[in-house]
Amino acid sequence: MAAVAMTVNGKAVTGDVDPRTLLVQFVREHLRLTGTHVGCDTSQCGACLVHVDGKAIKSCTVFAWQLEGANVTTIEGIADPSGKLHPMQEAFRDNHGLQCGYCTPGMIMSAIDMVNRKGNDLDDHTIRQELDGNICRCTGYHNIVKAVAAGAKAMKGSSAPAQAAE
Amino acid sequence: MYAFTYHRPTTVRQAVGLLGKNEEAKLLAGGHSLIPVMKQRLAGPPVLIDLSKVEGLTGVEVGARSVTIGAMMTHSAVARSVELQQAIPALAGVPGSIGDPAVRARGTIGGSLANNDPNADYPAAVLGLGATIITSKRKIAADEYFQGMFTTALEADEIITKIQFPIPKKAAYQKFKHPASGFALVGVFVSKRGDDIRVAVTGAGANGVFRVTAFEEALRKRFAAKSIEGMTVPADGLNSDIHASAEYRAHLIAVLARRALADAN
Repeated sequence: MAAVAMTVNGKAVTGDVDPRTLLVQFVREHLRLTGTHVGCDTSQCGACLVHVDGKAIKSCTVFAWQLEGANVTTIEGIADPSGKLHPMQEAFRDNHGLQCGYCTPGMIMSAIDMVNRKGNDLDDHTIRQELDGNICRCTGYHNIVKAVAAGAKAMKGSSAPAQAAE
Repeated sequence: MYAFTYHRPTTVRQAVGLLGKNEEAKLLAGGHSLIPVMKQRLAGPPVLIDLSKVEGLTGVEVGARSVTIGAMMTHSAVARSVELQQAIPALAGVPGSIGDPAVRARGTIGGSLANNDPNADYPAAVLGLGATIITSKRKIAADEYFQGMFTTALEADEIITKIQFPIPKKAAYQKFKHPASGFALVGVFVSKRGDDIRVAVTGAGANGVFRVTAFEEALRKRFAAKSIEGMTVPADGLNSDIHASAEYRAHLIAVLARRALADAN
């Protein structure tokens, strides 16, 4: 078994898991944070995106024990504790940036990471390029792109943290 | 996935010792090639040696004549290096074309080179610049390092620590990206450094990355797209699969080489 200790959404968590346990399995099945999804399980679709030490990564392609001491943020960790949504979540709602919603947590985590790396003024071309690793099987990309652009602008001057507990 | 045990050494020496003790052990860097094949049970290493806590495997050092990159540098970290962008912009542009942003946040240069995927980008840059692979025990020239598909000169208990790239006078990389996977259907890296002229091709060869010596000869007189105008590469020995025929890949090599040369000048 593998002893795992990390911070998830600002809370210290530990676990004793099979070494084969992927981060996404640890988060979903051990911590019961099921907002992070498994889409393809082949590091292509991005439904499993979480932030690790401030960077978006695919949680299906890393073992939980590799992240000893890391600071992990999942989709559950980005809204204000009062329940007020993160500006990027709000933008996805306002722009109807989803159809079935399965890819949405990954899209939002990807979009926040995009803003962290590329700033608040994102053109459509940049957004489409940067969403390369997120697949929407409903093919609802048009509104997703609109939502990311609006969310990026809304994050400017917002008090919402780019990551929880940072 | 088959069961395994793991180790997390903190020094290269410890990691080498663990490799020596566990014949079938695999090194784990970014894991973005190894973990997917473990899931498919195409690989079943009984022991994993995680390199993420090993000291001294990161950083970009720019010297007067060369740039040295730590083996555990992620693709995004290499792409972001301002020093590298200034010293060898053609090389700095390579990692930005690998995978997607989340993949680039984990995948490493050393991992890519140890794996030597026939469609990977870094092998073209390493061979195309005549780089040196620095390991836990020696220095290996790029021309000796790549030994066929997924095969390298690395010995069982040897770890890549750094890669040293000489700074070229001119260089460029052109890639025809597979639209879904982002891998190079064909990628061509060209460079000129004094008399050393290199045209390295990834994605096309049945034995992995290779040099196009006929192009290199023709470029000796003048390092320009015009020097190889009308020249072709034989399709024999090139990959043919559902993505592209050998003939199409041969065609792409010439086109991308000309584009790279135009870019480099």
